[in-house]
Amino acid sequence: MKKDTIAAISTGMTNSGIGIVRISGDEAFDIADRIYKGKSRIAESESHTIHYGHIVDGSGTIDEVLVMVMKSPRTFTGEDTVEINCHGGTFVLKRVLEAVLRSGARAAEPGEFTKRAFLNGKMDLSQAEAVIDVINSENEYALQSSISQLKGNIKNKINNIRNKIIYHTAFIESALDDPEHISVDGYGETLRSAAREIIEELEDLIRSADNGRVMKEGINTVIVGKPNAGKSSLLNVLSGHERAIVTDIEGTTRDILEEQVKLGELSLNVIDTAGIRRTDDVIEKIGVDKAQEYAKNADLIIYVVDASKELDENDEKILRLITDKNTIILLNKSDLDTVITADIMKEKAGDIPVISVSAKEEQGIRELEETVKEMFLKGEISFNDQIYITNIRQKNALSDALESMKKVIQSIDDGMPEDFYSIDLMDAYESLGSITGESVGEDLINEIFSKFCMGK
Amino acid sequence: MKYSVNSVWENKDGYDVAVIGAGHAGCEAALAAARLGFQTVMFTVSVDSIALMPCNPNIGGTSKGHLVREIDALGGEMGKVIDRTFIQSKMLNKSKGPAVHSLRAQADKADYSRAMRQVLENQERLDIRQMEVTDILTEDGHVTGVQTYSGAIYRCRAVILCTGTYLKARCIYGDVSTYTGPNGLQSADHLTDSLKSLGIKMYRFKTGTPARIDRNSIDFSKMEEQKGDERVVPFSFTTDPEDVQIDQVSCWLTYTNEKTHEIIRNNLDRSPLFSGAIEGTGPRYCPSIEDKVVKFPDKNRHQVFIEPEGIHTTEMYVGGMSSSLPEDVQYAMYRSVPGLEHAKIVRNAYAIEYDCIDARQLKSTLEFKNIDGLFSGGQFNGSSGYEEAAAQGLIAGINAARKLQGKDGIIIDRSQGYIGVLIDDLVTKESHEPYRMMTSRAEYRLLLRQDNADLRLTKIGYEVGLIDEERYQRLLRKEKMIEEEIERVEHTNIGTSEKVQNLLGSFGSTPLNSGTTLAELIRRPELSYEKLADIDENRPELPYDVEEQVNINIKYDGYIKRQMRQVEQFKKLENKKIPEDINYDEIQSLRIEAKQKLNAIRPASIGQASRISGVSPADVSVLLVYLKQ
Repeated sequence: MKKDTIAAISTGMTNSGIGIVRISGDEAFDIADRIYKGKSRIAESESHTIHYGHIVDGSGTIDEVLVMVMKSPRTFTGEDTVEINCHGGTFVLKRVLEAVLRSGARAAEPGEFTKRAFLNGKMDLSQAEAVIDVINSENEYALQSSISQLKGNIKNKINNIRNKIIYHTAFIESALDDPEHISVDGYGETLRSAAREIIEELEDLIRSADNGRVMKEGINTVIVGKPNAGKSSLLNVLSGHERAIVTDIEGTTRDILEEQVKLGELSLNVIDTAGIRRTDDVIEKIGVDKAQEYAKNADLIIYVVDASKELDENDEKILRLITDKNTIILLNKSDLDTVITADIMKEKAGDIPVISVSAKEEQGIRELEETVKEMFLKGEISFNDQIYITNIRQKNALSDALESMKKVIQSIDDGMPEDFYSIDLMDAYESLGSITGESVGEDLINEIFSKFCMGK
Repeated sequence: MKYSVNSVWENKDGYDVAVIGAGHAGCEAALAAARLGFQTVMFTVSVDSIALMPCNPNIGGTSKGHLVREIDALGGEMGKVIDRTFIQSKMLNKSKGPAVHSLRAQADKADYSRAMRQVLENQERLDIRQMEVTDILTEDGHVTGVQTYSGAIYRCRAVILCTGTYLKARCIYGDVSTYTGPNGLQSADHLTDSLKSLGIKMYRFKTGTPARIDRNSIDFSKMEEQKGDERVVPFSFTTDPEDVQIDQVSCWLTYTNEKTHEIIRNNLDRSPLFSGAIEGTGPRYCPSIEDKVVKFPDKNRHQVFIEPEGIHTTEMYVGGMSSSLPEDVQYAMYRSVPGLEHAKIVRNAYAIEYDCIDARQLKSTLEFKNIDGLFSGGQFNGSSGYEEAAAQGLIAGINAARKLQGKDGIIIDRSQGYIGVLIDDLVTKESHEPYRMMTSRAEYRLLLRQDNADLRLTKIGYEVGLIDEERYQRLLRKEKMIEEEIERVEHTNIGTSEKVQNLLGSFGSTPLNSGTTLAELIRRPELSYEKLADIDENRPELPYDVEEQVNINIKYDGYIKRQMRQVEQFKKLENKKIPEDINYDEIQSLRIEAKQKLNAIRPASIGQASRISGVSPADVSVLLVYLKQ
């Protein structure tokens, strides 16, 4: 219900050529300016104008974009609005959205743009009922996403963390309320180690959020390799059909596209590069930098090696780039006379699994599938047990809680008085509650009375 | 038997406002109404019990100290009276952040009551009347007067109920019970029926108090002395700090032990609380000693504070050991505590049950939603504590007066004061026990400090008419000084001279690599505005309270700004008013539970609606959409 600034991907999550991230609210322009690099600042732009530039975050350029700037009130929501036109495909869109959220926007609830549009008088009365339906679906949505989707482990884990947080807060508060009976002196040290534990647990959950995303949205995969190593034919084999070649949209550069392919039960979002295929040389034309950029944010790198040719310096570059990543090396053209064997590759690449395949003969694809499965579905993760945090809103809430807990430690380090710890502890508690669908209410007061003996 | 038909008569003294009760709520309510120009009559069952402190002998404490300061800033009386009658004073939580510093003073109970009574007696337009009120008179949902036990009818335009713990009161220990109010005072047994007949929903709450022990029978050598602060800070912003530097008396600390607990455990079956003889709901924050022993079996001792009831009496209050155990168990239990081996009990500990209301029947102005002109405040509203009572009494008094002036009532919101948190919680949230103020209930507590209560609320007091021009001008000057000094400090550059580095070194602060502002240095945890005086050459001569504000505002700037942003969000929802005649049943998309709660409470704003348990964010969205139509 807050009138803060919201953002969401407002085009369908399909692999269309273009996708839009919409930001709406009082701070829309400032938020966009934090991640947009172009000729002029968005906040200083005329209303209803389009600007060319780049979206950047701490790690570099995410995408080349067109940004539409629209000032209140002549916008869909009636609020200041920025629409970032990105390249299609969930991978890039997600990264742009995450950058927007990190810069201060909140992930929009379903139907929230519509709701704001209505509340700001941008719709006529006859549409009110429809809006209410949308809002009502929020209830269902909240139920679905917060309760039924969060079966078992995750919900327990979050509640467990919440219980710890509220316990420590209640202790501090009971001491502040009844200083003559309960002393909180020196509690910072106790809290510090508790906070560290909580931070670790939150980080685990955030990782699980990424696993959940992998399950739901597919594994973001980059295929690298020298020209003619057989990347395209591999992709064709994986996708099981001749791919339609997507052409550029006039006037904009469309160099990144995604192909979603099924690999057994898993789905891979294979990031292909139109430009790369045109020139057929990833290393030279786009440069190691760009490849590195993709590789850094990919869940999986498939490095295709032509087994019939000797390795050269380009391979050395690629090898350097893929260390410490989830990588699989495919020795392609295993149906031909090979000069590179699996053993030679293993020696060069260390622990990276090496699989001999023939894209042409569709050999080794089963082994690739098994290897990917092994890589992503190990340990506690299994298909039938839906324990993942799959939703970006929920992941955000986890990140917020993590930030708050870090602030708690910061306050302890800074030697702030104990009452300041409570502020961030309760923020973390509230963020986590938004995942499980529980509000703060009288929790703190109840915890104080049930756990600590007050005086008088 | 109430009055007979023959004894009914009408008093013609021409009162505007009738206040029922002369406790801490009643006193503030009556003073406010009279000071705002209305002929006011205050009824009490005993003139000798005006401003009585029937339980603990102190005013203030954590969060309650905040309330007293706020009462003072609005033009109430409690702070001024305690400043004249305290016998020990302490700022609690001094080592913590400024938001939780809380002033608490031990009162000389008799002096406090006497001083307050004098203020009331000397107040123009205010009459005190010893008489039990038995009926509230109404016509068409409007208050028209009250009727007393003697049959007399007092016509008036507004009534403020401040009956405290006196309605159908019953005091209990063991299997002994008396139908009296606190301290054996007469209870008020008739008014409940009149209220019920007006459709008011009543609750029955319970609270308790420990024994009073003769100080001559106490061995203080076995206890730890608890002294007051060396430098006393007054409650009232009008009190000259020099006037409160008095010789203080001490309190004493001792502990219960396993033997005490064993005595209690062995006699639990004789406690009316455990046997079911008491039906009222007791407060969790001041449990009886038997509650503590049962609920926290792992604790092998509990603190006991021995506090003087005054300087003209030898009675001592035994803080931490309230009880309703039988008399013989009380003797055994108290005498098991070190220093109390030979304790002589003057008054027994007891539990008290009383009728009060479900305060969700009230508007935020403390007027009943369904009875025009009927207001209420204090323990009658389901709160507990002298300060909570006084705060509500003041607001009820102000708003009764404003009603008669034809003005809108004053509502302090949750971002403006603890008074706002207190009243909003009472009128919005369901409560099953007497409500006590706590700092953790205030979501913006960093802004609601006891040190800035005047800056927060004096303007409202001035607009209402309880703060005079001189005090208001003084406040404006203070505001200006603070603002200018913060501005100066933010722009004062500090170089890396030897003097600066030496001073930083002397406080264990890292030396400067390059120049910075004075404000940045103040933000360092180990430094403060005061500590940096020597390197701040152009510092003007400022009063201490101004310096304090400058220091706090700069030092906690980040947190304060964060809370201010939260307040902005909060205000947006608070300002979305819900019309009084809204028909929730008509809004189809609301869930049934939300409809029921909204119908019962009828919140004044979307903000208030969002705080009702059982009203979900989606319901609030539906409401917003509906209101737009």
